[in-house]
Order: sequence, then C-alpha cells, then structure tokens
Amino acid sequence: MSIELKHVSYRYSPGTVYEMRALEHIDLSIPDGQFIGIIGHTGSGKSTLIQLLNGLLKPSEGQVLYNGEDIWGEGFSRKKLRGQVGQVFQYPEHQLFEMDVLKDVCFGPKNQGLGQAEAEEQARKALEHVGMPKELFGKSPFELSGGQKKRAAIAGVLAMNPRILILDEPAAGLDPGGRDEILSQIAILHRTRKMAIVLVSHSMEDVARYVERIVVLNEGRVAFDDEPRKVFAHYKELERMGLAAPEITYVMHDLKARGLQVDTGAITIEEAKESILKALKGERR
Amino acid sequence: MIRDITLGQYYPADSVLHRLDPRTKFVGTLLFVISLFIFHTFPGYGAATIFLAGMIVLSKVPVSFMFRGLKAILVILLFTVVFNMLLTPGRVIWQLGLLKITWEGMMQAGRMAIRLVYLVVGSSIMTLTTTPNQLTNGLENLMGPLNRIHVPVHEIAMMMSIALRFIPILMEETDKIMKAQMARGADFESGNIIQKAKNMIPLLVPLFVSAFRRANDLAMAMEARCYHGGEGRTQMKPLQYKGRDYAAYGILVGYMALSIAFRIWGI
Repeated sequence: MSIELKHVSYRYSPGTVYEMRALEHIDLSIPDGQFIGIIGHTGSGKSTLIQLLNGLLKPSEGQVLYNGEDIWGEGFSRKKLRGQVGQVFQYPEHQLFEMDVLKDVCFGPKNQGLGQAEAEEQARKALEHVGMPKELFGKSPFELSGGQKKRAAIAGVLAMNPRILILDEPAAGLDPGGRDEILSQIAILHRTRKMAIVLVSHSMEDVARYVERIVVLNEGRVAFDDEPRKVFAHYKELERMGLAAPEITYVMHDLKARGLQVDTGAITIEEAKESILKALKGERR
Repeated sequence: MIRDITLGQYYPADSVLHRLDPRTKFVGTLLFVISLFIFHTFPGYGAATIFLAGMIVLSKVPVSFMFRGLKAILVILLFTVVFNMLLTPGRVIWQLGLLKITWEGMMQAGRMAIRLVYLVVGSSIMTLTTTPNQLTNGLENLMGPLNRIHVPVHEIAMMMSIALRFIPILMEETDKIMKAQMARGADFESGNIIQKAKNMIPLLVPLFVSAFRRANDLAMAMEARCYHGGEGRTQMKPLQYKGRDYAAYGILVGYMALSIAFRIWGI
C-alpha cells in the first residue's frame, strides 16, 4: 500500500493569463505506515500536492500511482480511493453540515455504502479515537468550539477507515493547548491504527516532534526530503525559504559555536536537555 | 467547475478600452444595445458588426473570452430561433404536417439571433475591460441625480460592489467545500434530479453558514471604520473624463447618427 508521484506537475488555469505553476516535477513516494510532515511557506504548493494524492486534482503532467495503479487510468474508482486516502481539510467549517455530530461523521461511511447501524458504529469509534466527549455526539456541529469542530472533521474522515490520513494544517487556529492535544491524538492514531499520516504545516515546531520524515516544498519543488534532524541541519537554507527550524536548533547551534560540544541534531527540548547536560558533564571532567 | 460565467469577469490587459472612463463605457454599451434595436436590416447589422469587431480588436481581449458568455444564453437563443422560424406567418418554404418554416420566420429568427448574440458580446466587452469596482463607481456617478428623488444611489452601488466582490470568494469557497465533501465520498454528478438535489445539501449548508458569517464580519469591519452611508462621503479617486473619453463620445454620436440615418432611409 503506497502512493507514488512520478514526475508530477500542476498548473492552475492553464492556457490563460491567470496560468500559475503550482508544482514542478515532483517525485515522491509515501509508503505504508509512515508519518510524514509536508512543510512549506504559503504558496509553496503543499495544498495542491495533497489534493493530487487522492485525486481531487488531476496532474497537468506525470502520474499518481496508488499501489502501482494509475489513479487517472480508465476504470479506476477515485471515489473508492478517497475512502482509502482520507483527507481532512484545513477548515472544518467546510465540511460540517448535519444536524448533529454523530450524523455528520456518518456521512463518509454511508457514502461508502455502509448501512445505518454499521456507519454509526464506525462513527462512534472514530469520534472516540479523536477524543470527542460522548455528551457532544448529539450536539449540533455548529455549536462546537474550534478544537472540537476540528476533531469532528477528523473523525468524519477517520470513520471511512482510510489507510492513509492526510491532514492540512490540523493545528491552525487553535490555542497552544488545543494544538498539542490534536497533534498528540494524531500521533496516537498513527500508532494504534497503523495508518500512514501526512501532516501538512508551515510550522516546523509542530511537526518536528512527531514525524519520521519531512518533505520541504519551496516554490513548487521538493527542496528537502529526509528525516527531521537532517532537514533541520539546513536551517540556514530553510530560513531563506521563509521557514524556520525549531527554536531548539538555533540554541544548539549557538552553544556549539561558543565551544560547547552538544549534538546540534537535537529536535525536542528533552533531547536538547540530555545533550547539554552530557556536554556540561564532559567539560567538568 | 463553475468558472465559465463571463459576466463580471475582468480580463486584465492594457488597451484603450481598459483605460476609458467607466461612465463612457457604460453609456457606450447602452447606446450600442439601443442601436441593435434601431437597426432592422442586414446592412444595418453589418454596420453594428463592424463597430463590434472594432471594439473587440481595440479591447485586446482574446475573442474566445467574448463568446464564453454566450453559453449561458444558448438555451434562450435556441428557443427564440426555433419558435420564430416555426411560428411567424408568411411565405412557406418548408412544411412537415403542422410544422412550417416561412421566409419571414427565417429573417425574424436571424434578426433575433444577431441581436441577442451582439447584446451579450457587447456587454461582455464592457465587463471584461472594466473592473467590477470601476463599474459600480461609474454607475453610482451616472445615477447621482436620482439621489434628489430619494433613491439611495450610494447604498445600492455599495451593495452591488460588495455582491460582485463576493462572487469569486463564494465560488472559491464552493470549490473548497465540494472538495472537502468529495474527500468524504460525496458525489455531485450522478443520480436523478431528486438524488442530485439531495446531494447538494452537504454543499449548501456549509456555504450558507460561511456566507452569513462573512456578511457579519464585513458589517462589523465596516462599522469599526465608521461607515455610515453615502452622505458627505468623498472619493479617493474621483472619476474624471479625459481626452480619449471625449473622442469615444464623438465616435458614439457618429455611430448613433448612422443607425438613425439607416432607419430613416429604410436601409
């Protein structure tokens, strides 16, 4: 189970004055079960990229393969694909429409052809997995808070039992507490459901802690594609792209520049602490 | 998806028509439409064709954009042509049972088709070369005198420009909502008409919710900046006629004189 992009380019409004090249010759593969972060500045093409993954956009050039099959080939059901490759958009307001939360989450499974009872079971499971309190199941989705709406939206996609879950800026617009909660919930989903997760963000800080691999997009091209610590080593280049490495990267580089032998590849504060303590002990000796 | 509505779709280019005062363009379009109804012979339509072709060339907008607006009136156009052909009494040139096509019917249908097509293309030229804001600005200015009889001209113009401004935003929003629902397996294409209408609910509910929210936000933002209607409000860039506008009016007067002359001489 994997998605593969082969030499994919995408242009908006081709052949008009408004033509805009969004993506250029992207080669990318998303294997089963991986936790990937896609990072880029506004307008770098990340939203376009993820819409290519589940066939919401058709590439202007190149191929998108799901398990080796061209998703734009004849007889390929993109509707089924969207059940396998779930995508949660940035604004939950764009998808919530039902009378209550549970019904709204049922929408996806029902579209997959499940009966009422089955769909409801899936929906309940999904809502529990995103940590939605039970007493809110019967509430109107429009009465929820921002974070709860986001949970409902994620559950709405999760209920379809996708193999790959794509989330566009799941933490945007939430306060720091809500942000950490949502992101760690997603990390739990990754572990328990063994699904591949693609997390789109413009914040390094958010993704650094969770993902196994980071793809950095810049002006429609893949700038870096590696594990986080190796990507952050290029923090000077990242800055030129309007991105920033996590704060801790800067601290570690500064410490090293001042002669303390720390590991500049530390990503989280815990790692950094260990490394600094170790370096200090080494110095004392 | 829903992107082929030409009306209110500005095409950026650098041409004489783009630089003309919106009032000139509005009056010009109005006069052109009137001329279409003054002309009643094919030589007359020839003159209108030359005028229209001249404007298309001057506007530097690709011709395909002009005719895109015709898609919207295709059905009306077909109806007009077919009914005129079949129902106008006169010299019969083809008959099948009750259906008959007359020579007069053919002429009438031709006239109607030309008028409709030119009408749409003519007004498309205006909307393609004028930004919606300029257009409402021009309209507000032209309608100014109506203020004396207590027509809220400024408020109407403001509503129009807000409406126009929101069309692309709502279209983009529609697109996003459609995608979000498609990602959940929604289907907007297949099914019979009732099924299709039902399938629109997941699209329409979020769209309306967001439209109301936006309207609310906008009202709040306008009030926060002390908007209180048109009274005593001045413009940052007041409209001003330039040399090319007087030249354009000259051409228009000539063109109208020609159409009236055609009518009088019965050409």
